Formats: sequence, structure tokens, C-alpha cells
Amino acid sequence: MSENSVLYVPLYNNPLISINSNMSVKLPIYMDNNATTPCDPRVVETMVPYFTEKFGNAASRSHPFGWVAEEAVDYAREQVAKLINANPKEIIFTSGATEADNLALKGAFEMYASKGNHIITCTTEHKAVLDTCKHIEKLGGEVTYLPVGADGLIDLKQLEEAITDKTIVVSIMYGNNEIGVIQPIRQISEICKKYGVLLFTDATQAVGKIPVDVMADGIDMMAFSAHKMYGPKGVGALYVRRKNPRVKVTAQMDGGGHERGMRSGTMNVPGIVGFGKACELCMNEMDEEAARLSVMRDRLEQGLLELEEAYVNGSVEHRLPHVCNVSFKYVEGEGLMMGFNKNIALSSGSACTSASLEPSYVLKALGLGDDLAHSSLRFGLGRFTTDEQIDYTIEAIKDTVIKLREMSPLWEMFKDGIDLDTIEWAHH
Amino acid sequence: MAYSDKVIDHYQNPKNVGTLDKEKKSVGTGLVGAPECGDVMRLQIEVDEQSGVIKDAKFKTFGCGSAIASSSLATEWLKGKSVDQALAIDNMDIVEELNLPPVKIHCSVLAEDAIKAAINDYRVKNGLESLELEEKKH
Repeated sequence: MSENSVLYVPLYNNPLISINSNMSVKLPIYMDNNATTPCDPRVVETMVPYFTEKFGNAASRSHPFGWVAEEAVDYAREQVAKLINANPKEIIFTSGATEADNLALKGAFEMYASKGNHIITCTTEHKAVLDTCKHIEKLGGEVTYLPVGADGLIDLKQLEEAITDKTIVVSIMYGNNEIGVIQPIRQISEICKKYGVLLFTDATQAVGKIPVDVMADGIDMMAFSAHKMYGPKGVGALYVRRKNPRVKVTAQMDGGGHERGMRSGTMNVPGIVGFGKACELCMNEMDEEAARLSVMRDRLEQGLLELEEAYVNGSVEHRLPHVCNVSFKYVEGEGLMMGFNKNIALSSGSACTSASLEPSYVLKALGLGDDLAHSSLRFGLGRFTTDEQIDYTIEAIKDTVIKLREMSPLWEMFKDGIDLDTIEWAHH
Repeated sequence: MAYSDKVIDHYQNPKNVGTLDKEKKSVGTGLVGAPECGDVMRLQIEVDEQSGVIKDAKFKTFGCGSAIASSSLATEWLKGKSVDQALAIDNMDIVEELNLPPVKIHCSVLAEDAIKAAINDYRVKNGLESLELEEKKH
């Protein structure tokens, strides 16, 4: 190994050194916007009064403190509804998307028990959906987990074939959190309508990033969250259709009967106000933002693909504009991240711990071998990502991959033309 | 998870990365782990024929920072030891030296396995019998 490459990696973990003296980048760089987004300062500003002078309980109907809070919640409900082209009455505020997923699936399972007990979902759903489905199975429900193709998309024919007269809900996510792949929701909706089955979608990664229209898309229930769209953590919503068809879910939290009886609990007024503002900002800025981020994302991706043996995971065509997931063959994801993780925040599809040697189940569902799944990085660009950050990220990752490959026995074998599949590995 | 300073140092400045000629009778090669499991180590020793002392050791590792550090440290320890002394290196010595957390102990076990596999390869090449090694839990 050359002296140069040995010296290279510490560079990226030293906040005092920038890789190029002409380039000033504030470190660390946040490139993990699928995990959470920062709150937009305009959102925070809107929220602040609702912690202090406007602190009332939105359910206090008998005095001005309550009226002010209720008015604020009503206004936020309109802002949220407008973004997804819903009626404000169709918005149920929750603590986040996980709660909304639970409420939609368990609530529908209970509500429509007389109709059937079958749910159809897919293998790349978020754990909040998959684990809820597992719970429903324990309660006597039946769940079909549709596979996805190498592009991450479900097969519509398989979906149609999976529907039975006991099917009550199809639960397919809008955009995937790890690979950004967008499912064909409108076509899925047409199939659901044909058989009188409800369509629920976890749209946490999509709402606020691309146009999501519950009317045009034919969605019956939809979960989404504020903190993925520059709003605060701890607040989300479930959209529940009121007309054609009128959908109902059984409450999963008993209490004061808030949110039309579907979700009891004192309203998180500041959070909801922030959620509303975040939706309004997305409504106004989403188109420009998506166009800007997709250009940056593509540049990042092209830069990384200059490396040999680097592969994009999932469909490139049907993809959220701010997401990319790349595997760098012959280097391990966690080891790779260690080269720059003090300065660039990212997620890896690999978790090297004795408790969980399992690489990402989403990538495995695409048919990736464990080796490629272990070698993946997920990039989530966001509203505050800059071109300079992209430049820095490309250079830091390329240099770290090159350095680690010099250290990788697998890379050496690949370069020597040895087929790794012919080696008898000592599995442990 | 925070890595210890020693792990970071080995990761940033790995010792003895490289390849020895595995065809040589004096070189023993151990290849352990599997790509599917997220770590593969190749550790090589070169034994001085006169003295029986390990005069060189090299490694290449595909894996997390702890796996890289464990193998880097192992090569440092191997140099200058006799083959018998090398056999006495225990994975818990590596754990202690690098302050590995419990979830990374398997990285040290892999390094110990790699040392023993390299020694066995050397022994077989030189007409000695392969040593039966106790299986450690990964």
C-alpha cells in the first residue's frame, strides 16, 4: 500500500482539514435525510408560541386558551390535507408514521373482521408495517408478503392473484426508505377497486418529496410523518377516506375520543402546527426542490459509479428524487463508513455485530447476495444539501473505497480473476 | 457505536497489509470467514527455516473496523514469535488490547482462527500433521 493511501482516511475524520483548500465545507455533512430531516427554521418559528402563550389544550372547548389551540390544529389540518388533496376531516393526527401504520392495519383488521382476515403487503415494507402484520397473524389474520423484482417493484399480476374474497387491505408503501423505489400506486389502486379491497400506503418517504394525491392515486388510507419533511419529530398522520368508499378503523388507543374517536389523546398542538407549516412549505417548494435534488443525486451517483464494481440498488427510473443506494463490491459497509462517518452521516445496509449479522432485508429482497448487501450505502439528500457537500462526499467515499479495496482479500481475488463462488468459505 | 482509539489507529494506519507468496514452503496462509457474513480475513506468516521464528506476517481483511484492527494487531504480534508461541495467542488478548465491545468479539475470534489456519497450512506444507483446533464460538 502506498504511503498516500494510508494517510488518506484520517483526513476525512479530521474536521479541521478540508480536502481541497478552495472548497470550504462545514463538517459533519448530513446525508441521511431518509432517517430524519432537520426542522426547517420557518417551521420552528411557527411552533414556538404554542409552547408558551398559546399553550391551551385543543380539547378545552370552554375558554379562549382552548379555542386558540383548536383553531391552530384546524388550520394545520387544512395545510396537511391540502398537500395530499384530501379533506381536512380525513386527517387523523398521530404520534408518527409507525402509529399510523399500526392504526390503519390493526384498526382495519378489527373493523372489517366480518368481511375477512386477509392482508396483502410486500417484503420490502418498513418494519412498522411488517411487524404489525406479524402481530395480526398472531391474532388469527392471514398475510401475504409479495416478493419484489430486482428493481424493487412488486408484480401487479401477482398482486391480483393474491387477492381472495377474504382480503380486506392491500398495504404497499409509496416510496421505499432504503432504495427510494416508488411503487405503481395508481395501478395498484385500480386492482384494489376492481375487487373492492382497501388500499393502504405508507407514504412516509414520499409525501412532501413528490406529488402524492389521494384522489388521483385512489388511496383509501395513508400514513406519513412530519419529521421526514422538515417538520418536528413525534407527529404524523393517518389519512382515512370518508367518501367512495367511507373507510373506518377501530381505535387502537382508548380514551377521550379525540380525532373522531379514532385516536384518543391530547393533541400535540405545537407538533401539529409545525407539521402543518412543513406541509405548506413542501406544497410551495416541492417541485423546485425535487428537481434540484435529483440533479445533485444524479451527480453524486455518477461520481460514485466511476469506481469499478459499484452498483445502484433498485429501479433508477421509478425512484424518489433525493435517494440513492449504492453497493461497492468487495468492501464491507460498516468498515467503509468508518472511513468518514465523523464527517459524513450516512446509513449502511450492513450491520456487523454478533447479534445481527443480517444485512438489509430490503436489499436481500431485491435478490442481492449477502456480500453486495453488506457493501451498500444509502444516501438521503435533503433541502439543505449543497453542491459542495456532494463534491466532498464523492471524494471521501471514492478514496475510502479505494483504500479499503487495497486491504481487501476479496478485491485481490477479483483482480486475480478468481471466482469467489468457487471458494469454500468457512461460514461462521 | 464508538470505536476505541486503538481500533481507529489500526484502521487508519493498518500494519502489514499485503500478500506473501503462498506457493513458498516457508509461507503459511489462513483464509477464514465468508463474504456473506460480512468478514473475510487472510493472514499469512513466513517462517525462518533456521530459527523457526516468524519473520514476516501480512494480512488483508474485508470487514468492519474491528475486524481490520484485529488482523492488523495479530500480524504485529506474530512477527518475532516462534510458531509455538504464536499458537498461544488467544482471542481475548486481542479483545483486551483493542477494547472491543461484546458485539465485536467475533472479530477477535476470526483473527485467532486466521492465525491457527496459517500455522496449520505451514505445518502441512512442511510435512507436519495439522493440529486439531478447538472450535470457538463466533
